[in-house]
Amino acid sequence: MTIINYRKAIAEAIARSMREDPKVVFLGEDVALAGGAFKTTVGLREEFGPTRVFDTPISEQAIIGAAIGAAMRGLRPIAEIMFADFLGTCWDGIANHAAKIRYMTDGAYSVPIVIRAHGGAGLGFGAQHSQLYDGLAMSIPGLKVVVPSTPSDLIGLFQSAVRDPDPVLFIEHKALFDVKEEMPPEGHVVPLGKAQVVREGSDLTLVATGAMVPVALAAAELVQDRRIDCEVIDLRTLTPLDMHSVLRSVEKTSRLILVEEGPGICGWSSEVAARVADEGFWMLDAPIRRVCSPPTPTPFSESLESLWLPKAESVAAEIESYW
Amino acid sequence: MTANPHAHEHVLLQMLRIREFENRVQSLFSDGLVKGSTHLANGQEAVAVGMAFALHPGDPVLCTYRGHHHTIARGLPLESAFAEILGRATGCCGGKGGSMHLTDKSLALMGSYAIIGSHIPIAVGAAWASTLTHDGAVTCCIFGDGTTTIGSFHEALNLAAVWRLPIVFICENNLYSEYTAIGDVVPIEHPAADRAGAYGLDRIVIDGNDVEAVKEAVSLARERASAGRGPSLIEALTYRHGGHSRADPGDYRPREEVELWLSRDPISKYADRHEVSTQRLEQLGAEARDEVDRALRKALAAPAPAAEALLSNVWSEESS
Ligand SMILES: Cc1ncc(C[n+]2csc(CCOP(=O)(O)OP(=O)(O)O)c2C)c(N)n1
Ligand SMILES: [Mg+2]
Repeated sequence: MTIINYRKAIAEAIARSMREDPKVVFLGEDVALAGGAFKTTVGLREEFGPTRVFDTPISEQAIIGAAIGAAMRGLRPIAEIMFADFLGTCWDGIANHAAKIRYMTDGAYSVPIVIRAHGGAGLGFGAQHSQLYDGLAMSIPGLKVVVPSTPSDLIGLFQSAVRDPDPVLFIEHKALFDVKEEMPPEGHVVPLGKAQVVREGSDLTLVATGAMVPVALAAAELVQDRRIDCEVIDLRTLTPLDMHSVLRSVEKTSRLILVEEGPGICGWSSEVAARVADEGFWMLDAPIRRVCSPPTPTPFSESLESLWLPKAESVAAEIESYW
Repeated sequence: MTANPHAHEHVLLQMLRIREFENRVQSLFSDGLVKGSTHLANGQEAVAVGMAFALHPGDPVLCTYRGHHHTIARGLPLESAFAEILGRATGCCGGKGGSMHLTDKSLALMGSYAIIGSHIPIAVGAAWASTLTHDGAVTCCIFGDGTTTIGSFHEALNLAAVWRLPIVFICENNLYSEYTAIGDVVPIEHPAADRAGAYGLDRIVIDGNDVEAVKEAVSLARERASAGRGPSLIEALTYRHGGHSRADPGDYRPREEVELWLSRDPISKYADRHEVSTQRLEQLGAEARDEVDRALRKALAAPAPAAEALLSNVWSEESS
């Protein structure tokens, strides 16, 4: 049995997609010769060579634009943005172009690119190197958003992302790099838009993504002693959003808590809460609650950052407040 | 442009078709039939027609919201262009693009983009694809003088140059960036050419109102690109006869300047050089007008997009 961690799963995921389809090319800053700023792309240049794996200048707009143009000409580019925060320099390409070209050309052109970005807080990187930008991305029609929480999901979801004819933003969480799991078999594919019930329960539904999935699972353990049986759902993709799985769980539990990393203002948890209030109101026995970060930038100091991130204890307190 | 005497008339007719098309768009806008905005290219026809004669079939072209002339010169049917600008179902984008976004994949017209400079990196990607698929195409990307001040221009030029991509950049320097004279916002005389050296490219300034000069410069750049010698940046000096967009009278421009450039009109310039009589020029103009009017009538008779079109093509078939 081979064990793989989340960091190495990234290179494995890219390699599998490149072996499968010769049209897949990969570009980004320091991704080829150096194997990535986080060593998430080690070995790819060696395996696939300089005509498929490219180091670029520090030019996020050019990276995204080049990926879009090449995709419109039939390739399947994967573009790395080193930190999700740097999406701030190239939202134009992503939101105004990649996400809209299919619609604006009424289907003549499509933009099958995967934009990978390392995101998330918890490592003391400060306010400009800790964001996910998942909620912002999710608000853009035409862009799919994937937020894997385990190595195996990462590999499986990535295969779907690369095969997908639409642009996909694939956000890998830096705080999960050391999470280990059994290496999934060749051909392992996880479809986009299918949430995963990662813990079954009957009293309350917790929904989380990325690094908040282990937090939600830990919270579920904490309240188990009090005989509260939580179901935990990992959304896995924000667009498409698997509301069916959330509603089915709420139908069973009648209580819902959403755990989101980040301020949550117009975040995925706002959207899920609104949709459950709309489509599942009569199934609820209590108000929907959200556990998010405070509405501030991510602070640097370890003590402040740990206050900023939702924690199992605060989620558990929220759960207990229902009873 | 060749020994064939009729070739001159063909070139003239191409420029006249664009001129007449733009005149009609202006009246449609004034009559309230075209919504939003339009950016016309009267006076800049020679850049588009010269470029189109130099490129090969299948060469990708990416242009801007001021892109009617480039797309028509590359073969976009007038009816399809009119219908799009009028928001009709038969438009080249099914009425979902509009005046600023004329696109036709079958002609490798990869789009007209309305975020300044944004299409230059996309064009670089199209050229990059050619080096990976060895399809032999050379991409052409057109933008304005004002566009040289935005970051994506510099990122894209640097990447194209360092990767030696098969691409021809054409800067249509019409001396204005919206209502601002380019000289007020860049510290150099030639906003594109004076920066070419920074990317290891030649400094190329041409008369953009001389269709033959454009054709020659683009042909040379195309040859260079297909020989694997990398990109070229051509600055074509030209002038828009009208304002920036919509109903802009363009009166921030000195009268003498406007008159000087009107006297350099690319159509009369070409006709004079090739001794096409005024009478013949008028006949050709009438021919172009007829064609434009026929196309417009058909476009006006076309239906608006069906309500279902609202929701289609946000996502690929598989996902919707
Ligand atoms: C990023 C961005 N900033 C501003 C604008 C508004 N805008 C539209 S056209 C234009 C002027 C562009 O001038 P130039 O590049 O010379 O092209 P021209 O219109 O002369 O063809 C501006 C500022 C825009 N569309 N996109
Ligand atoms: Mg200009």
